[in-house]
Amino acid sequence: MTQYSEQNQKYVIPTEDNDKFLLNLGPSHPAMHGILQNIVELDGERIIKSHPEIGYCHRSFEKLAESYSYNQVITITDRMNYVSSPANNVAWTLAVEKMLGIEVPKKVAYVRVIFMELARIMDHLVSMGILGVDLGAYTGFLYFFQQREKIYRIIENMTGARLTTAFGRVGGLERDIPKSFKKDVYDFLQGFPKTLNEFHKLLTRNRIFMDRTRGVSPISKERAIQYGFTGPNLRATGVEWDIRKVYPYSCYEEFDFEIPIGIDGDVYDRYLVRMEEMNQSYKIIKQAIDHLPDGPWHADVPHVVLPLKRDVYSNMEAMIFHFKIIMHGINPPVGDYYFSIESPNGELGVYIISDGGPNPYRVHWRRPCFYYYNAIEELINGGLIADAVACISSLNVIAGELDC
Amino acid sequence: MHTELWSLIIEKTIFGVILLAAIMTGAAYVTLAERKVASWFQDRIGPNRAGPLGLLQPLADGIKFFLKEDMIPKNVHKAFYLLAPGIAAIPPLLIAASIPWGNQIELLGKAIKLQMIDLNVGILFIFAFASIGVYGVMLGGWASNNKYSLMGGLRSSSQMISYELAQGTAVVGVLLLAGTLSLDEIVKQQDSLTKWYVWRQPIGFFIFFVASLAELARVPFDLPEAENELVGGYHTEYSSMKFGLFQVSEYIHLIVTSALISTLYFGGWQIPFVDIASNSSFIYGVLGVISLLLKTVFFIFVFMWLRWTLPRFRYDQLMSLGWKFLLEAAFVWIVITAILVLAFPWYKTWF
Repeated sequence: MTQYSEQNQKYVIPTEDNDKFLLNLGPSHPAMHGILQNIVELDGERIIKSHPEIGYCHRSFEKLAESYSYNQVITITDRMNYVSSPANNVAWTLAVEKMLGIEVPKKVAYVRVIFMELARIMDHLVSMGILGVDLGAYTGFLYFFQQREKIYRIIENMTGARLTTAFGRVGGLERDIPKSFKKDVYDFLQGFPKTLNEFHKLLTRNRIFMDRTRGVSPISKERAIQYGFTGPNLRATGVEWDIRKVYPYSCYEEFDFEIPIGIDGDVYDRYLVRMEEMNQSYKIIKQAIDHLPDGPWHADVPHVVLPLKRDVYSNMEAMIFHFKIIMHGINPPVGDYYFSIESPNGELGVYIISDGGPNPYRVHWRRPCFYYYNAIEELINGGLIADAVACISSLNVIAGELDC
Repeated sequence: MHTELWSLIIEKTIFGVILLAAIMTGAAYVTLAERKVASWFQDRIGPNRAGPLGLLQPLADGIKFFLKEDMIPKNVHKAFYLLAPGIAAIPPLLIAASIPWGNQIELLGKAIKLQMIDLNVGILFIFAFASIGVYGVMLGGWASNNKYSLMGGLRSSSQMISYELAQGTAVVGVLLLAGTLSLDEIVKQQDSLTKWYVWRQPIGFFIFFVASLAELARVPFDLPEAENELVGGYHTEYSSMKFGLFQVSEYIHLIVTSALISTLYFGGWQIPFVDIASNSSFIYGVLGVISLLLKTVFFIFVFMWLRWTLPRFRYDQLMSLGWKFLLEAAFVWIVITAILVLAFPWYKTWF
């Protein structure tokens, strides 16, 4: 009829009998966080088969990164998992520091840990709050958002932005921590356990909530590993795998925390694992802020860290380094590097190939969401629409990260 | 003869207009109350811009509904699409007409009954019209030519039918005790605190309450408009005042259901420890109305409390709760009540 319908021919999935009902869950649908498409064949309310599609939020970040300098790429990582951007920022800076062989001062490592754990709490607050919303319980979500607002205040004081944080730079932080930093963090730590407890009271043992989540879209250990699950979704199946423990980075080995694991790998276990992880993150932040060391806010690597502006105007060396960094950039040695952190959502890996120039030759991000979304089809087939909604929000698939 | 008829017509017309205005205003303010209650539960402020304390918010909402573009999507079944909001809005108003809002009062030397129609089949009338209300939702969902709306309509029709059974069965306990279907009579029999039927019908009340919750399609039974599954459910394609009518009908239904629960189980317009049934002075009549309104407001609050606390059921859980638990429990409760009424005469007279 029109060009439009011809273009969309591939979306018309032939069904054998007319009893089946095709429904577009997404790309614009309240429960498809971000823009995910899921064409489902329904028999009544039951999903017979689902056809997940990706790519609605693709912004070609990997290609874009090839024309950015190493510090500029940090701003791209903000837009990946926008719910927990500081963790993405740190993943990138740590990877570049690994290429350059830079050791950052302990203070920087601690501040990064605090921000990564704040990001983890933020991510879990949103994803578990949204799980509640998707199951019809709206109130807990707003309790969580008050805490999230406190975290945003800390981040705003540090970086000047709320969502697109661009936290840290290669070789250290962008600037020293603000004076109010400790007070802000303690403020947050003081109120947080109460809210977490309130949310537990509201949902965890709620009969309707348990009926809705227990045994819904479970995945076995073996299947989860085959799909490449990491992070809380893998731990919910009972696998004790956390990069913070296995390959510690950024001083994580100095903190005392535990890894919660689940049993069945269903929505309820994912919920419980994330809730307990928030508690553990709280412990880590407390230890880090209690023992926050003094010291410089960047490593002593003048060829990487941009000098202060007032030094540039008054100091010869600073001016030369400023010129060199701006004009020639950071030039890591030739080679390829992989570095991964335990981002709130799972293993966030950064793979960089360097040709020795100021821009990366090739970048690839291993985004945990991509692997979760592969399993969606298997997880929601045979369930009801309501189960599919619960499943997607419990996996915490974020379109920005999935499509990258 | 003619003068009597005319005075009756005038009396009923005036009362009807007042009732209609009160119910409509009430429904508008219940929407404000819903938002305010939600904001208290959620530690927010809630609407406070329009007028003092946000009290003019319903007016602003109403104006907004009328000023929005009245859009009819392509390929809808126009007649049913336009009819549906009306069908949804009228039955709750008819139910409101059959609820005794107060005792008989003396005004200008005339005895006026604060009830539009005192039918001797009052409860049957209410259930009949409550089930017609489903057609609005169902037609709206079907005529919209939208898959989400269709699913919302289907969900709501199956849900209403399932829970109407339990609701209708649960109320039989009260009828066995009262021996009448007239709501006015039922209220008159609950003339002291101990005689409220809730004490003698606790399980019947519980079943009726849960089934009413499902009839109202509120959390935890809000599947017809489960936003995160079906976008907007049956009213996805409705805009401006057509959507407003759905909204208003929902809240009128909330008010009349709360009033009905108060009437059946909590003594209606009776006030504990005050004998207003035998006194038909104006003051006592007004006190009776206030008493019923307070009870109604309490139940509206409970409905809101539940809405902002609980998650929602899944479709199959909803069905199994309705058919496998509530209906059975209601049947068992009827048998128990019948045995109690027959075997123990004091159960009927009670204190």
